[in-house]
Amino acid sequence: MTTNGIIQIILYLTVLGLLVKPLGSYMAKVYQGESLLITRVLGPVERLIYRLLGTRPEEEMSWKMYAVACLLFKFAFFILLFTLMRIQGILPLNPQNFPGVAPDLSFNTAVSFITNTNWQAYGGESTMSYLTQMSGLAVQNFVSAAQGMAVLVALIRGFSRRTTSTIGNFWVDLTRSFLYILLPLSLIMAIILVSQGVVQNLSPYKTVPLVQTINYDNPKMDANGKAVLTSDGKPVTEPAKATEQSLPLGPAASQIAIKQLGTNGGGFFNVNSAHPYENPTPFSNFLEMLAILLIPAALCYTFGRMIGDRRQGWALLAAMAVIFIPLLFFCYSSEQAANPFLSPLGIDQSGGNMEGKELRFGVANSALWATATTAASNGSVNAMHDSFSPLGGLAPMVLMQLGEVVFGGVGSGLYGLLAFALVAVFISGLMVGRTPEYLGKKIEAYEVKMAAIVILVPCCFVLLGTAIASVTADGIAGISNPGPHGFSQVLYAFSSMANNNGSAFAGLNANTMFYNTLGGIAMLFGRFWTMIPILAIAGSLASKKYVQPSAGTLPTHTPLFILFLASVVIIVGALTFFPTLGLGPIAEHLMLYK
Amino acid sequence: MINKKKKSSLFDGRIMKRALIDSFIKLNPLNQLRNPVMFVVEVGSILTSLLFVQSLFVPGAESPWFIFSISLWLWATVLFANFAEAMAEGRGKAQADALRGSRKDVNAKKLSEPKQDAGVTPVPSSQLRKGDYVLVEPGDIIPGDGEVVAGVASVNESAITGESAPVIRESGGDRSAVTGGTIVLSDWIIVQITANPGETFLDRMISMVEGAKRQKTPNEIALDILLAGMTIIFLFATATLLPFSMFSVAAAGQGNPATIVVLVSLLVCLIPTTIGGLLSAIGIAGMDRLIQANVIATSGRAVEAAGDVDVLLLDKTGTITLGNRQATAFIPAKGREINAVADTAQLASLADETPEGRSIVVLAKTEYGIRERDITSLGAKFIPFSAQTRMSGVDLNGRQIRKGAADAVAAFVTSKGGVFPADVTVTVDEVAREGATPLVVTDGKDVLGVIRLNDIVKGGIRERFAELRKMGISTVMITGDNPMTAAAVAAEAGVDDFLAQATPETKLALIRKHQAGGKLVAMTGDGTNDAPALAQADVAVAMNTGTQAAKEAGNMVDLDSNPTKLIEIVEIGKQLLMTRGTLATFSIANDVAKYFAILPAVFIATYPQMAVLNIMGLQTPQSAILSAVIFNAVIIIALIPLALRGVTYRPGGAGIVLRNNILIYGVGGLIVPFIGIKLIDMLVNFLHLV
Repeated sequence: MTTNGIIQIILYLTVLGLLVKPLGSYMAKVYQGESLLITRVLGPVERLIYRLLGTRPEEEMSWKMYAVACLLFKFAFFILLFTLMRIQGILPLNPQNFPGVAPDLSFNTAVSFITNTNWQAYGGESTMSYLTQMSGLAVQNFVSAAQGMAVLVALIRGFSRRTTSTIGNFWVDLTRSFLYILLPLSLIMAIILVSQGVVQNLSPYKTVPLVQTINYDNPKMDANGKAVLTSDGKPVTEPAKATEQSLPLGPAASQIAIKQLGTNGGGFFNVNSAHPYENPTPFSNFLEMLAILLIPAALCYTFGRMIGDRRQGWALLAAMAVIFIPLLFFCYSSEQAANPFLSPLGIDQSGGNMEGKELRFGVANSALWATATTAASNGSVNAMHDSFSPLGGLAPMVLMQLGEVVFGGVGSGLYGLLAFALVAVFISGLMVGRTPEYLGKKIEAYEVKMAAIVILVPCCFVLLGTAIASVTADGIAGISNPGPHGFSQVLYAFSSMANNNGSAFAGLNANTMFYNTLGGIAMLFGRFWTMIPILAIAGSLASKKYVQPSAGTLPTHTPLFILFLASVVIIVGALTFFPTLGLGPIAEHLMLYK
Repeated sequence: MINKKKKSSLFDGRIMKRALIDSFIKLNPLNQLRNPVMFVVEVGSILTSLLFVQSLFVPGAESPWFIFSISLWLWATVLFANFAEAMAEGRGKAQADALRGSRKDVNAKKLSEPKQDAGVTPVPSSQLRKGDYVLVEPGDIIPGDGEVVAGVASVNESAITGESAPVIRESGGDRSAVTGGTIVLSDWIIVQITANPGETFLDRMISMVEGAKRQKTPNEIALDILLAGMTIIFLFATATLLPFSMFSVAAAGQGNPATIVVLVSLLVCLIPTTIGGLLSAIGIAGMDRLIQANVIATSGRAVEAAGDVDVLLLDKTGTITLGNRQATAFIPAKGREINAVADTAQLASLADETPEGRSIVVLAKTEYGIRERDITSLGAKFIPFSAQTRMSGVDLNGRQIRKGAADAVAAFVTSKGGVFPADVTVTVDEVAREGATPLVVTDGKDVLGVIRLNDIVKGGIRERFAELRKMGISTVMITGDNPMTAAAVAAEAGVDDFLAQATPETKLALIRKHQAGGKLVAMTGDGTNDAPALAQADVAVAMNTGTQAAKEAGNMVDLDSNPTKLIEIVEIGKQLLMTRGTLATFSIANDVAKYFAILPAVFIATYPQMAVLNIMGLQTPQSAILSAVIFNAVIIIALIPLALRGVTYRPGGAGIVLRNNILIYGVGGLIVPFIGIKLIDMLVNFLHLV
């Protein structure tokens, strides 16, 4: 690790830390319906939306109604998005004349975007029309993020309310998340990104001459499109020349802002934020990285403020940091280390493992982005995770396998961590000899059951998906590397999809019927079978009475509890995934450094 | 009989023998279904047994001897868990057998109406029904639970309480309940039967100690769910290891995929068998500890609730102050010498061995220099306290010296033709108003004066309350005294709050007020007028000496009738939860070492580099796997004493208790198996077990 790199990381964490309180407190005010300048300005719009939706904002919902509203809302958008992709060929705003997207890829992509996963089995600039990007994918970036935040707010109400059967109005929480938080932040960010050179237009792609002609060897093909081989089985090549290139354009900045802020991660272009039109400068890189963790971190403060005990919010943020920071430096130091196979060749590796990394970002910023994007369930990348060293790639994989609760998705990360907190409170409560209580609510069998489902479902789908892919011909066909790294590719893919992250070890060829379908199922379960039990917990907690804390009540804001909570998250993740990590990155690492 | 003096040893030979047999009977899969974790182990045992049989005929990747060893130890794991449960039940069963001995069918003297001279019909006790009247005379066993409707008698209740001193039972008031199986020693009583055969207190007690009606408590259910969840995760983690190892073997081009035997071993090692195997034993043992403390709970739920109590309502007398008050002053009647009062009071108390009596003698000596005299050399005759006269004293040279409650003495004086002085009545009222107890001393018909008895706060009670405060439990003193006296005693005892001039209504209101604030309230009570409050409280301990109504309203009965027991009950409740929590933590922490034992063993043939993960240096893959399985089984046996005794409970703030338990059971749980598995591996190789 270099001093320069460490300073950049510290700067990042400091700026992030300083923004937590103002943004967190602003969001709390928005959800509590306090009168702010922006609510006075946009109030008519908010009321118009309610009128269009046919809801009365003061009408409260039970947890079941809230869940049904969530699911119906998402199902409607799934149909809409799926249809839009299928028929984009006959719709306007398609300057490249892309045809309709294949059914399995449409299914996978629609699921991916409604679940805030943004797993991309396609390349944006070669598949999606501007209309699909703007009115389909970008819209989902907003609403899937807003939905996660709405569910979190419902859970917070479960804690803060007493003996009531309702947990708020879904449409109100959704609208406020969108109108007062995501929209203004995205607007500001998009404008700054444009200033840095991120493209924002509706023009067709531009063809420009190359500054320097490139000569290369092209494999020779026969009439059937198969490579012609020599007698000893090597492909026959013929020299070729490239003199011009096509520059993809489009309404990128507006989509990139929300993809970073809403922990979506679905890039406008195929290589995501490694693309110079998506992330041109060190400043845009810093800003985009900041946007990844901004809302998930600030929501901890929102939580503390809304339940009336800020220390509890800071404690949860601290538990996240306790897991995140060591893994960040673990990843960074692994990437900074030299590749033992390249060392004997006399190659200068003082810059670290630069394979698959952008020169303008370097190792520190790539490692920071990789850990941040997998800690939060963002999934955007500025470097190729497939090219990371085995242990450098292990860090992002572990962060996803922990259940996307270290920051996690906007809303979903914190409610996931709260499920872990319930389990931690339950065990530690028993250890102090009292029926466990968290934030004044007794934690009983029902909450434990629901929290167990929240933790269990993504774990099981990661394991199940990886298992099916590693023994079926369709699954193995997508793997591009032999040995443990090939296994890591599949493991990474399902860790990413079942936990709604969306990043990938890009070496895996995932645009097949097999991966599109299985992955789509994993994403659906990973999202909704955590969301529904969380709403059930919210409903159950809201109906309970408040228990005054006493000296016998376990305090949940102390360093002891923070460490215990972090340990529970790590132990559950480690015990579940230790064998798979052993067969993937750890085996690869041991072989590399034998 | 339950005998509180002699606590039965944890590992009684007879109980162990019965538990051994029971552990095999409990192998019945239907029995195991109640415990998902152990059910999985039993299925694994059956599966490996079948694989062993198969390996005898079809040679496979693993040797038959290895499969046999694994299978054997998996069965042992199930048996050890069964043994733990059987041990916990065994102690209850032994007590139940003893109790059954006192539930003999006796011949009852059934009366046609509640009068002593009504016609008596001999009827077997098993045919008595609610509402029947029976006459019980000296030497008779009381045929069933009931209320005394006429008469006074001393009753030996040692069959139930283990206490040999007889107790007085009389009609009316708070001492009217009698229990079937107890024996009348003197006088006679007429009892109205209040419970049909099979529903008596003794029957309820037997089914409680036997654990026959044991239902899982709320926290136990929640923990069960969590353990089942973990079992499912580990089931996925080990089942998917088969495809993963197939892929890895194909990719590396060497080694063999993991075998079913190895995967079952890994699964059993990972699922929380330690806590799963001991969970029901912990619950039964918690109940058992309560019984050892001579408290019968009507449900496990009540024991658990005891651990959660936030507020203790404690009766002043007997709990906070010594049940016996002490003499603090002699107040002469008008025209009497104080020394004469002291002298007479001392004479009246010479043979009185009660603490009050002794305190009078001590006061006379220390304040008025009246030396102790020998009652026999004086030729005095001791007149003991009786339920009828409510006085005690001596007959000396024709003098009838008595002390007792004002109204009793007044009746005595009047019967002698004397007059009870008006100024003494005033003094008596004054003393009573101050919260003290007045005793009147009389020599025949001459009333000499009043002895003032005051409350004495129990030694060490203040410290006890400070401990409770640390545990987050606040104490409220309940007393019928006026607020001034109550405040004085409360301050001296260090309680957090007090309720003076308590009536059943104010008690009930106080409980409701605390409960509305989300607090759990515990209290003790004995009188019929306590019943509504007992029914409202979350943990309600009725005194065994109390009325039937009180016993039915409460969810626990204290056979010793000791109100201080409430504090002990709270600690037992906490200890029960803590034992579950700490063993669950220990069980899960153990998994780390087991992974380090088994994973390198499984994959070393595929990826030889994995040898570096074998940090314990276990000798062969087979011995590593077997050692982990053996450790997993043996740790259950090793922890049975802890499960039955409960973890040590030291009162303290929640943070400190958590820190200590995490250090001992969490960090300890990480380290212990590394050492244990290594030692077992050395032994396994030394004995050439694989």
